[in-house]
Amino acid sequence: MTDGPHRLAVIGAGPAGLAACLAAAARGVQVTLIDAAPEAGGQFYRRPASGLGARRPSALHHRWSTWSRLEQGLAAHLEAGTVEHLPDHHVWTVERTGQAPGAGPGFTVHALIGPLQERSVAVRADAVLLATGGYEKVLPFPGWTLPGVVTAGGAQAMLKGGLVVPGRRAVVAGSGPLLLPVATGLSAAGVEVAALVESLDPRRLSRAAVALASAPGKAVEGALYAFQLLRHRIPFLPRHTVVEAQGEGHLEAVTVAALGPDGRVRPGTARSIPCEAFAVGHGMIPHTDLAEALGCRVDGVNVSVDDEQRTDVPGVWAAGETTGIGGAELALAEGHIAGRSAAARLHGTAPDPSPAARVRTRTRRFAAALDTVYRPPLHWADQVTDDTVVCRCEEVTAGRVREAVTDLGAGDLRTVKLLTRAGMGWCQGRICEPAVAGLTGCEQTPARRMPARPVPLGELARAGADDDESHDDGNDHAPGRDTQPPKPTHP
Amino acid sequence: MVGAACALYAAREGFDVTVVDRGPVAGGTTGAGEGNLLVSDKAPGPELDLALLSGRLWADLAEEYAQAVEYEAKGGVVVASTPEGLSALETFAEGQRAAGVLAEPVAADRLHNLEPYLAPGLAGAVRYPQDTQVMPALAAAHLLRASGARLLTGHTVTEVLRGKDGSVRGVRTDRGELHAPAVVNAAGTWGGAVASLAGVTLPVLPRRGFVLVTEPLPRRVRHKVYAADYVADVASDSAALQTSPVVEGTAAGPVLIGASRERVGFDRSFSLPVVRELAAGATRLFPFLARVRALRTYLGFRPYLPDHLPAIGPDPRAPGLFHACGHEGAGIGLSTGTGRLIAQVLAGGRPGLDLTPFRPDRFSEEAV
Repeated sequence: MTDGPHRLAVIGAGPAGLAACLAAAARGVQVTLIDAAPEAGGQFYRRPASGLGARRPSALHHRWSTWSRLEQGLAAHLEAGTVEHLPDHHVWTVERTGQAPGAGPGFTVHALIGPLQERSVAVRADAVLLATGGYEKVLPFPGWTLPGVVTAGGAQAMLKGGLVVPGRRAVVAGSGPLLLPVATGLSAAGVEVAALVESLDPRRLSRAAVALASAPGKAVEGALYAFQLLRHRIPFLPRHTVVEAQGEGHLEAVTVAALGPDGRVRPGTARSIPCEAFAVGHGMIPHTDLAEALGCRVDGVNVSVDDEQRTDVPGVWAAGETTGIGGAELALAEGHIAGRSAAARLHGTAPDPSPAARVRTRTRRFAAALDTVYRPPLHWADQVTDDTVVCRCEEVTAGRVREAVTDLGAGDLRTVKLLTRAGMGWCQGRICEPAVAGLTGCEQTPARRMPARPVPLGELARAGADDDESHDDGNDHAPGRDTQPPKPTHP
Repeated sequence: MVGAACALYAAREGFDVTVVDRGPVAGGTTGAGEGNLLVSDKAPGPELDLALLSGRLWADLAEEYAQAVEYEAKGGVVVASTPEGLSALETFAEGQRAAGVLAEPVAADRLHNLEPYLAPGLAGAVRYPQDTQVMPALAAAHLLRASGARLLTGHTVTEVLRGKDGSVRGVRTDRGELHAPAVVNAAGTWGGAVASLAGVTLPVLPRRGFVLVTEPLPRRVRHKVYAADYVADVASDSAALQTSPVVEGTAAGPVLIGASRERVGFDRSFSLPVVRELAAGATRLFPFLARVRALRTYLGFRPYLPDHLPAIGPDPRAPGLFHACGHEGAGIGLSTGTGRLIAQVLAGGRPGLDLTPFRPDRFSEEAV
């Protein structure tokens, strides 16, 4: 081991990363908290930039007291020097830089900084905790590329981070627990929400009620939303789905229709709702790129972890949405458990049992129950016409994706990509992959996307070499950074 | 790709062809290749003869499929950074010319007319107009479709069926038996495993390679450009990591950067040290690339045989079994010639090239 305190790199400063950071720092570990955003909090605790002068950011959030506690804890550790926060750091890979025999694992986190993410810096650590969160699942429909169509999470981020609204009259649609806060949040900000279109059949919710009721906090939250829908007079259209978005150059209306019990659109039920903004969401997908780069096992689309939130790679922990979508409460519990475990293991001991384990069990059960009820309509792909663009980066239509399977012998996402270029562009399939999977019936598998962010080749060529190690901030010798180049790992 | 080419030419000879693959089309090394149809990196000998034959067949196919398979006869440029390197390269090119390769010396002061963005100070180059590129997955898919062969993807061959006299009579898959008097092993890097199902040995080993893909750019790299030491790496027997910069633009916009070679088994994990060397090599050749972003990397396993030559032709140890695998990094380019030769011997004719250097049973048991 290296001299001085053990160093833990926590990647992601959302609920899981913050909880992990505080738990580990409180137990004598030197933590480097690395995050892409300018301020800690992640997507969940996203706040207006301080320059915008919001007087009451808490109005946009629930559980503000939890955030206050995390924020104060972080401030205290920053003050004490036990945590170093590296905001605006976009991690593109994590490298196992195994040290001398017997010294245990060592890691180098490579991140891009600068206004254009044009420079790469390296952060050394004895252990890594991945709290990289998730991103929104987007499913296409005719007209989804029109300006005015945004993701549900995007609408919420605009609201929370910029205090801007996407239009005066909006429709919110899709499936999942995010739609309610988006609709009520928009309404509270003065947007007329013309409809909340949810493909879920509420009868399925009641069938899952046993599991859902096991989470009192969540049930209360749910009841509050129902109350708020009433209060904001938002028309609620359950068992409905979007058929298409219309407009000349900009969104003017959306067509929605009722779903039959077979998950198909019921003929004759389509109706058009005029609107300027359309926020659509179908839940989240875990970010697993860094885990995959490290060789961690991924089950389905979730990073696989044990009871202590350890991955199968020694020295690597994972917590929050990256191990399975479950919301902020679960992320906080997992982060706390992971931080405790990392601290204990770095000190060569086993962690004490944590009360957070019970919260984790309960919220995981709740998340699993939600997952069984909130699903995109079974036959959503039927609505996607052949001329609908599926991959925006490479402008690949649904017709070409279908043809790759029917005419050219593709049988998995990789081959569909090779034969059509869907997923080869700037976003590397992060947006279109669930859509391509749904259109073709292929299983969605971990995509092995490396680097996790586009890296200038000149920086890639130097990554890990000595001039890569220092920052411009005159803080080159801060704990958690190493000015020595790592030893090359090849002859 | 090799299987697709075998199917195409065998079908043209009148055979009823079934193609069996445990994965999808182009799911193995084909889908991880750059699609090089190269003569420039080959010394005079049987592989170069096969490359020249294949190049002619690709040109014929291009008359019909050029657009579908992104066939692009852009030519190769091999650059030397030192005068010594240049004279070695020119000697190499002279031998190639005698064997029928077009190889034009390019003086240092003319180099930037060919490739305006090349680094300054290079000693000179040789231009190879016959070097060509296709998009390999599209090529395999379209040639398969053109062959009219029955395609069974997702079927895993579990056994090569042999009759009482030892001759091959088909294969068993996880979904049933397929009977045929001739079985062609075009399993690439997994060709050794298929051979062993027939009870014969073929020492195919994986040789891992990474490719870096950049963001799409307007055409700035016009040819396939690589450093002269690439040829030495291709011919090397070492298991250790070797990288030499190979840079080329593509029809779709991204620049592809290779080439690394290492024998690490079927290890699919990302290797920053390898990718770092590829990036360093590419930016030395083309300094403008330093500010261009790498969007992704991919890796594949070249099917490597100990003498760097593929196994092509009938296997005397198992009558009815034919091999068409082990093309290392040149399988896309050599596929058409291989397919044509296999079709010729399947039909009982005389192959257009002497198959002796490619005999599948040429490796002694000790080498296995």
